[in-house]
Amino acid sequence: MSLMSYVVLAAVLFAVGTTTVLVRRNAIIAFMGIELMLNATNLALVTFARMHGNLSGQVLAFFVMVVAAAEVVVGLAIIVAIFRARRSVSVDDVNLLKDVRDPA
Amino acid sequence: MITTLSAVLTGLPAAEAVEPVAAVAATGAASAAWLLILLPLLSAAVLLLAGRRADGWGHLLGVAAPAASFLVGAIIAVQMLTSPVTERVQHLDLGSWITAGTFDLRVGLLADPLSVTFVLLITFVGSLIHVYSVAYMAEDVNRRRFFAYLNLFIAAMLLLVLADSYLLLFFGWEGVGLASYLLIGFWNHEVRQGHKVSGDQALDNSVAAKKAFVANRVGDLGMIVAMGLLFAHLGTVSFAGVNEGVASGALSTGMITAIGLMLLLAAVGKSAQFPLQSWLGDAMAGPTPVSALIHAATMVTAGVYLIVRSQPIFDATGDARLVVAVVGAITLLFGAIVGCAKDDIKKALAASTMSQIGYMMLAAGLGPLGYAIAILHLVGHGFFKAGMFLGAGSVMHAMRDEVDMRKFGALGRKMPLTYYTFMAGWLAIIGMWPFTGFFTKDPIIETAFIAQEGQTWQPWVFGSVALFGAALTAFYMSRLFFMTFEGKRRWEPDVEPHESPRLMTWPMLVLALGSVGFGVAFGWKGRLADWLVPVTGSVEHPAPVLPPALITWSVLILVLIAVGLAWQRYAASATVVPRTAPKASALTEAARDDLYQDKVNNGLLVIPGTYATRALVYADSAVVDGTVRAVARGTVAVGDLARRPQTGFVRQYAAMMAIGLVALVIIVLAVQS
Repeated sequence: MSLMSYVVLAAVLFAVGTTTVLVRRNAIIAFMGIELMLNATNLALVTFARMHGNLSGQVLAFFVMVVAAAEVVVGLAIIVAIFRARRSVSVDDVNLLKDVRDPA
Repeated sequence: MITTLSAVLTGLPAAEAVEPVAAVAATGAASAAWLLILLPLLSAAVLLLAGRRADGWGHLLGVAAPAASFLVGAIIAVQMLTSPVTERVQHLDLGSWITAGTFDLRVGLLADPLSVTFVLLITFVGSLIHVYSVAYMAEDVNRRRFFAYLNLFIAAMLLLVLADSYLLLFFGWEGVGLASYLLIGFWNHEVRQGHKVSGDQALDNSVAAKKAFVANRVGDLGMIVAMGLLFAHLGTVSFAGVNEGVASGALSTGMITAIGLMLLLAAVGKSAQFPLQSWLGDAMAGPTPVSALIHAATMVTAGVYLIVRSQPIFDATGDARLVVAVVGAITLLFGAIVGCAKDDIKKALAASTMSQIGYMMLAAGLGPLGYAIAILHLVGHGFFKAGMFLGAGSVMHAMRDEVDMRKFGALGRKMPLTYYTFMAGWLAIIGMWPFTGFFTKDPIIETAFIAQEGQTWQPWVFGSVALFGAALTAFYMSRLFFMTFEGKRRWEPDVEPHESPRLMTWPMLVLALGSVGFGVAFGWKGRLADWLVPVTGSVEHPAPVLPPALITWSVLILVLIAVGLAWQRYAASATVVPRTAPKASALTEAARDDLYQDKVNNGLLVIPGTYATRALVYADSAVVDGTVRAVARGTVAVGDLARRPQTGFVRQYAAMMAIGLVALVIIVLAVQS
């Protein structure tokens, strides 16, 4: 199986993740989309590492995993806090930071 | 008899030409000349810093300081008299003032016959006026502050006359300006106890003070420019350096004339000469001792001092000298005409001061012939005018601060000491033989008639103006004297005029002695002129275009006619002086309004100045502020545009990032391929 298939798979996974983030209102689902995008990247990194025959890509994938783990902790904590305050996890309901014509 | 005297009495300096003497290092008493300035300055500092604690004894310290300065001055004068003529110009170096690279400005004092004459005048008349003020200001709750300012004035004036450079002189020049401002506006706030000052008066007084200050600043500009020119071309502003520089021919004649005219501008501002004369009348808002000391005897004569001190410059430029003489002649007539119409006793005296300083300027403008007699008239004027101002103060004291002469009349019998001392001043100023004015003013008139090299019309014009001015002087001073002390009483029944306390009458008596005797003692046989020779030098003087005897007789006859006219109009038993000023000829009305000097200033300077200021304010807000505001508006508009996409929907932001990322990738790929 050619390495190109892995790259294509990574692209597809990334596109699916992006679409999930863009079209789903539920914060948990959007979050999962982000995880999907990160893992698509990991897959691409590992593939390129194999392709070039050095370990930089694999090391980078580890970094991404660490960052993703930290990000999940912080992200989920925020989502839980928002849910407690508003009884909703819809990202469209959290829209206070915006252009207010008439600040009062 | 007078015919034979006139030639002897004229007070013209020695006939042979003598050069000024160079300065030598100060020895003996002159090396303590700094004490002269320090004593009153210290006293002023103590009085100002001690505050109300010094109220009890402040006036005593205030009187002691100028008196001590006078003692020091007298010792210096005696030492100078006993030393040979070549050692009479003494220079005292006090150290370095400003050092910058190769430039080292030293500060020093110059004790020579000219400055010592001024020192004696300032401290002697000053001490007397301080004594007078003790009684005059007795009811004032701020008397201590008054003495502090007076002492500050004395210190600044002494610095002015003792300075050895234009810069140090300028320091004193500004100092006297400040003291003058503070004292004209001394009653600048409402006072309800003791000497009462109403709110309206307080406002008028502060306006008068500001007017004097601003008019003086115009003159100061001339001084600064003159110093700048001297420094740029000679690299020095010390008198000695400037003398050398001018003598060496380092300056072109045009430049010397420019410097001379700038110095004249300074003198014109300080001495209330045409066209900067308008502040002096309003300066009478100050307490009367201030008018006597600052606006009659000393400060206003600083302009004449400046001209005489700048003698090397004016010697080298006939044009600037001519302008000085013309300014003097114009002011002489101007002041005299105004003096003839004023009903306010102090303003009439102020107009007279202006006119007399016009005489001094005229004399100074006559060059080497006139310097010494300008100083002679200045000192004599210091005595009789200060005496008359103190007399006017005494009258006001008796008349509950009334100044309108139409409400005086027949005061002579009520206040004999004031009457006789004022009479001495009156006879002195009109130039009656043998009073001071005869020996000090007559030489000016005679010298004005002398035709100097290449002059044709000048002696006739200046001479006639001086002659006519003498007649006018006699008329307005007699009018003032008769309206106040002679004729019928015109004061309100409930006013009870009384003689002033002794502290006030004694200084008046001493000044009256000066009015009587100073001329004979110092003017006769040119004694003061001889004394000044080490500074002013001396030149041969040609004969006037008219015989001196004729001039002297004409002056005396004109004076007598003027006095007679004044008697007939204001004092004779048949005449009635109306209590309010009646309608009069156009000239009188104009003179009552100071010959419209305020209106002219308003029309020429104040109103255009106001509009210019408004235009500048408009330009400032439209152009300068406008630019800043436009930039701010632009920033806000850009901010508004950038604000629009901020909707608060996270998914929209994510979509934008995604679109941006894709666009970037496409661009990168497109560029690379």
